[in-house]
Amino acid sequence: MANSMVESRNPWKAWIYLSPALVLLLVFTVWPIINTVRMALLENYSGLKAVGGMTFKFGIGNFTKVLKYKKFLQCMKNTVIICFLTVPISTMLALLIAVALNSIKWLQKFLQTIFFLPYVTNSIAIGMVFAAMFNIVGSFYGTENELIVTAGIINNVIEFFGGKAVNWINYGSTYTANITVMVIYIVWNALPFKILILLGGLQSVNKQYYDAAKVDGTSRRRIFRRITVPLLSPMIAYVVITGFIGGFKEYTSIVGIFGESMGPADDAGRLNTMVGFIYDSLSTNNQGRASAAALILFGLILVVTLAQLYVSKKRVHY
Amino acid sequence: MAAADAVMHERNMQKETSRTLFMAKAVKVLVYVFLIFMGVIVLFPFYWMIVSSLKTLTEYRMSVPTFFPRRVMFSNYADAFRTANLGRLFLNTLYVGLISTILSLVITILSAFAFARLEFKGKNILFAGLLATMMIPGELFTITNYQTVTNLGWINTYTVLIVPFLVSVFYIYLLRQNFLQIPNELYLAAKVDGTSDFKYLCKVMIPLSLPTLISITILKMMGAWNSYIWPRLVANDPAHRMVTNGLRNAFKDTTGDVNYPVQMAAVALVSAPLFMVFIFLRKYIMKGVSRSGIKG
Repeated sequence: MANSMVESRNPWKAWIYLSPALVLLLVFTVWPIINTVRMALLENYSGLKAVGGMTFKFGIGNFTKVLKYKKFLQCMKNTVIICFLTVPISTMLALLIAVALNSIKWLQKFLQTIFFLPYVTNSIAIGMVFAAMFNIVGSFYGTENELIVTAGIINNVIEFFGGKAVNWINYGSTYTANITVMVIYIVWNALPFKILILLGGLQSVNKQYYDAAKVDGTSRRRIFRRITVPLLSPMIAYVVITGFIGGFKEYTSIVGIFGESMGPADDAGRLNTMVGFIYDSLSTNNQGRASAAALILFGLILVVTLAQLYVSKKRVHY
Repeated sequence: MAAADAVMHERNMQKETSRTLFMAKAVKVLVYVFLIFMGVIVLFPFYWMIVSSLKTLTEYRMSVPTFFPRRVMFSNYADAFRTANLGRLFLNTLYVGLISTILSLVITILSAFAFARLEFKGKNILFAGLLATMMIPGELFTITNYQTVTNLGWINTYTVLIVPFLVSVFYIYLLRQNFLQIPNELYLAAKVDGTSDFKYLCKVMIPLSLPTLISITILKMMGAWNSYIWPRLVANDPAHRMVTNGLRNAFKDTTGDVNYPVQMAAVALVSAPLFMVFIFLRKYIMKGVSRSGIKG
């Protein structure tokens, strides 16, 4: 009450404080939302043609066309595969590492720092390092009598243990090999954030639960499943949801490894994602198509997020 | 008889406890083995980057890899610096990062103050509306923003790299939460003393939320360093190119017969500032990140 009394003298003051943010938000956030919906609903809308005075029919043609477009379906498939592989793997691994870290004292801080290190990296730059590790030096064009000079460190390790070198990302590599590399890289990149959140959650769990379980002689596995996971479930839900949102927007890590061709030399665009598709449509002046794809992406993210919130409402213990 | 039973029982107990002790030790060893193994995997790319960046091309290509360069080639770094024109890229990125951080901080502080301390009609609805926009993927804005900045004639300028991303609803939210924790009594006391709102903001609220402001600064600078998509779209000319797309542009090939040592040297140079920031400001980064979940 006192607060509002002091304030009521100048009702415009707040708006003055807010004005820089609001002006920028109107131009770069609110208008884009309206305009994207508008462009998506104008069939075959192109910014270039609109400037030339062309008018466009109103309808949902962009959506139906995009959903039938092979390239887009490939992008969607890649995105979904990457999401549904990397999120569970990275969450499980991060949970294991966080629980392990939480159970030790000696070297805990040191190891914690190491596990956080991949977070402060540039995903393009480190993607280039991963490309170097998986690359086969010497096989340029995939011809049979070409000599392989170096198999790349990953293949060196595989061969050291008696395995056979794999063509991971070069000319003629398989889709499965490409996706495997992407999954490894994205999981490596996603671990630090998840470990940080889960470890933070573990450290705030009340020790009494564990003491009680110890007195009762409960086994470790049971403790993990019956105490740790339920008490940690809000954090697990959080990292899974943010993981899916990030996964649906995956793009730069693929540019890091495969370059802007988004695929091995013989099949450019094979690993393109939904975000990549949006930018490709944008650079070819197909704003209608780009907008429709962006709205589909938004819809997918929304559906997955809501589904997970619904599931976690039932399963998460707060 | 009873005494013998008790002794037997005692012995069993001892056996039991020594066994559980042994088990606990074994588990502990396993935990360390697991953690160190994972730690090595996490660190390996960094190690490989540095080792490769110091090798000669012939040594890098050897079919049996070396784990330490036979001849240390610091000249790779000079080559990388020249090939990618890294000096220019660093300066551009620093300039864009600094200006956008300062402006962004000013805007964030003013808005967070209005939402935390001032009363006005429609405050809650406006705030909820802002938070709702956080759900929308940035790509959706980019399509229109690309048109907007083209129409404004901002293509290939520093402005285009700075202005569209000055407002972050998330930072406003973060700082508002921080401002709200500062007791109301302080504000009222200042009012009674006749301190103006703006003076109160500068003298009390900003110093009290310094850790949050530092976190925002770091995340914003890291964002500039790591941004790729937008700079490539709107300012990919040599004069305004930023570090990430400059790096990708200078070394287009990732597979095949690439001069990896030089490429890795460039990657190491681009990564180095991030590691420096990490080493000195780890606490703020980890705090900021655990509250945001935003990469860079």
